Amino acid sequence: MTAKLYVSSSPHLRQGDTTQKIMLNVVIALMPALIAAVVIFGWRVLLVTGVTVGSCVLAEFISRKVMKRKNTVFDLSAVVTGMLLAMNLPVNVNLLIAVFGSVVAIVVVKQMFGGLGQNFVNPAIAARIVLLVSFPAQMTTWTAPLIYQNGADAVSTATPLANNANGISTSYMDLFLGTTGGCLGETCAIALIIGGVYLIVKRIISPIIPLCFIGTVALFAVLVGQDPLFHILSGGVIIGAFFMATDYTTSPITFKGKLIFGISCGVITMLIRLYANLPEGVSFSIILMNILTPLIERGTMPKPFGSVKKNKA
Amino acid sequence: MKTPNITFPKHPFKTRGGARVPHRKNTAQCESVIMPPPSQVIIPMQQHIGAPCTPVVKAGDTVKVGQLIGKASGFVSAPIHSSISGTVKKIGFVTMPNGGRVQAIVIDSDGEMTVSEDVKAPTVNNLEDLLQAAQDSGLVGLGGAGFPAHVKLNVPKDKNIDTLIINAAECEPYITADHREALENSWEILSGVYTLKEILNIDRVIIAIENNKPDAIKVMSEIAASKENDPDDRVRILSLKARYPQGAEKVLVQACTKRKIPAGGLPSDVGCIVMNIASISFLAQYIKTGMPLITKRLTVDGSAIANPRNVIVPIGTPINQVIEFCGGYKGTPKKILMGGPMMGLAITDDTIPVLKQNNAILAFTEQDARLMEETDCIRCGRCANSCPMNLVPPVISKCIKLKDMEALEKSGIMTCMECGCCAFSCPAGKHIVHNMRIGKAMLKDYKKAQSAKDKGDKK
Repeated sequence: MTAKLYVSSSPHLRQGDTTQKIMLNVVIALMPALIAAVVIFGWRVLLVTGVTVGSCVLAEFISRKVMKRKNTVFDLSAVVTGMLLAMNLPVNVNLLIAVFGSVVAIVVVKQMFGGLGQNFVNPAIAARIVLLVSFPAQMTTWTAPLIYQNGADAVSTATPLANNANGISTSYMDLFLGTTGGCLGETCAIALIIGGVYLIVKRIISPIIPLCFIGTVALFAVLVGQDPLFHILSGGVIIGAFFMATDYTTSPITFKGKLIFGISCGVITMLIRLYANLPEGVSFSIILMNILTPLIERGTMPKPFGSVKKNKA
Repeated sequence: MKTPNITFPKHPFKTRGGARVPHRKNTAQCESVIMPPPSQVIIPMQQHIGAPCTPVVKAGDTVKVGQLIGKASGFVSAPIHSSISGTVKKIGFVTMPNGGRVQAIVIDSDGEMTVSEDVKAPTVNNLEDLLQAAQDSGLVGLGGAGFPAHVKLNVPKDKNIDTLIINAAECEPYITADHREALENSWEILSGVYTLKEILNIDRVIIAIENNKPDAIKVMSEIAASKENDPDDRVRILSLKARYPQGAEKVLVQACTKRKIPAGGLPSDVGCIVMNIASISFLAQYIKTGMPLITKRLTVDGSAIANPRNVIVPIGTPINQVIEFCGGYKGTPKKILMGGPMMGLAITDDTIPVLKQNNAILAFTEQDARLMEETDCIRCGRCANSCPMNLVPPVISKCIKLKDMEALEKSGIMTCMECGCCAFSCPAGKHIVHNMRIGKAMLKDYKKAQSAKDKGDKK
């Protein structure tokens, strides 16, 4: 026989999923929310998303080049980060701010810590928080949905959470369909839930974190006598629970760890919403728990099969 | 007298992890074909776990079928017999699939297949007879590990064995040799089961078959259900979920009995003996005829094989001749495996002989042989979710990378049975099992050095 044979360690069969396919599925799952955002806030949504995605990909490409590492643009993780960042921006945001956010997410948070799988916090959330702290005014100027604008140009409005703090209520229908003020991708609950369910059905994410997160928010609201449905549907709870808190890199691998992570995210979100100075706490709760993830994981390591309690020798 | 209060599980008990591996049992309906003896066989002196055998023939000797040619050296060892009749050409060395060099006897066939006078049916009346017979037959665990059978059956007196599990799960893709065994030799299997049950005084026998083999389950159930064969209803078939790796010993024992074999322990620690279906079938045949283990049923399949089928091959036949018998190669083979795609060994050349513990030869073309490119771990956790042993591969990888031996030991790496579920599920194409092997070797070396140091300290 002349042909040379490949020799490798078993297994010789792979299931066929790749990082790229997983990321593509996340992009697909974000599509309903993106379309909803265009319907609700208009075409500028696509411009903002295009700018963040483009700048994220470019930032990834350049930083890998500079660091003399393999080009990883095609794993699509930068595209996902870009889309998530766009979803966390107000629709009329200054595009330069959006670009700055992308650079923070990809270069500072992701690549400087070693690239995909090494970042200690979710890049999109970290970028949002940096922008929120750096440009508080621009980042909290909300544009009213198109159907409430009555032909006038870009009427500004407040988020349902801010309204709630001031005693103004928002109808469930508006919250569900997303016709409220807020970041461009976080308002439409129904579109986000469709995307989230898609990810769960496709087994990209485990339902534990979203269920614990949302369940805790609801329970906390009930316990303090607030409307649980309002707290779930308003702000970033849905997008946070399905798309941000489930980020592989920054959430625990272990089952128990996921439970603790999801519940803690819910508790911190509600504590910030109800008792802190900010109207919204989803980003901060997730980023805090991201930082605690290694600790949670260490504490929840499963016992190997058949391990026996060691007798003191 | 033991109390006859025996219960059988109706459904398998829950087991952890596993992977949805494709079945690809293309040869399930192909009746086994007996391959004519080749002109030459190469019989390695180590086809089992334990000490290698010592050759008892020399170049120029005439040997007959079933004649002892390799004497077991030590208790954990199994004798080796000639699979053809002819002349010993030489005693040389052969490179085994795992890379080791092993002494091997090369025999040129005389084409007669004269059976040796030593081949006589043994009388098996008690446990001692059975253990002697198992030892003389050269039987090793035919599931793949190649653990000598007489060692397995010789359970320490203090262990109370109540369950015999016959492993016919056959969870590896492609392989159908055990499936065919169950269909073609059902009576032998059951008679072996009854003999073993009587002699070992076992309460119940569970024959575990994955539910992707309904015909095998049906045939076996019919025989086992008859009052005549099994008056006390001590033997039953258990239909397992067809999910890899149901046939792994620890997983199988848990699925059948809910018992967990302790880490580093054996099935006998939880009152079970596990035997492969081909092993028990062989044992029954040996008791009847006295012909030692000289042939093996193999599944020959894969994208580079012209006529995939099951063949019964004399041990020692070079793999390329077996493939030739199956119509030769279709396209250029790029990877040849001994065993299944999940745990089989990739071999470096196709002149390696067939061994006792082989159950498949798979050959693949370029498209199926190509390895996935390794990318960064994204911590998706699929490896940990699929691990039947509840391990967390990313943590173990980190320990290996940092050479943190204490953490590595605590991580439970030694529990890893290299089933491959983790690497199969990994979207980053990480060679996780390979890494595990490196880690295990590192830990073993470290422990050896450590104990040597301890001894030195005491002196």
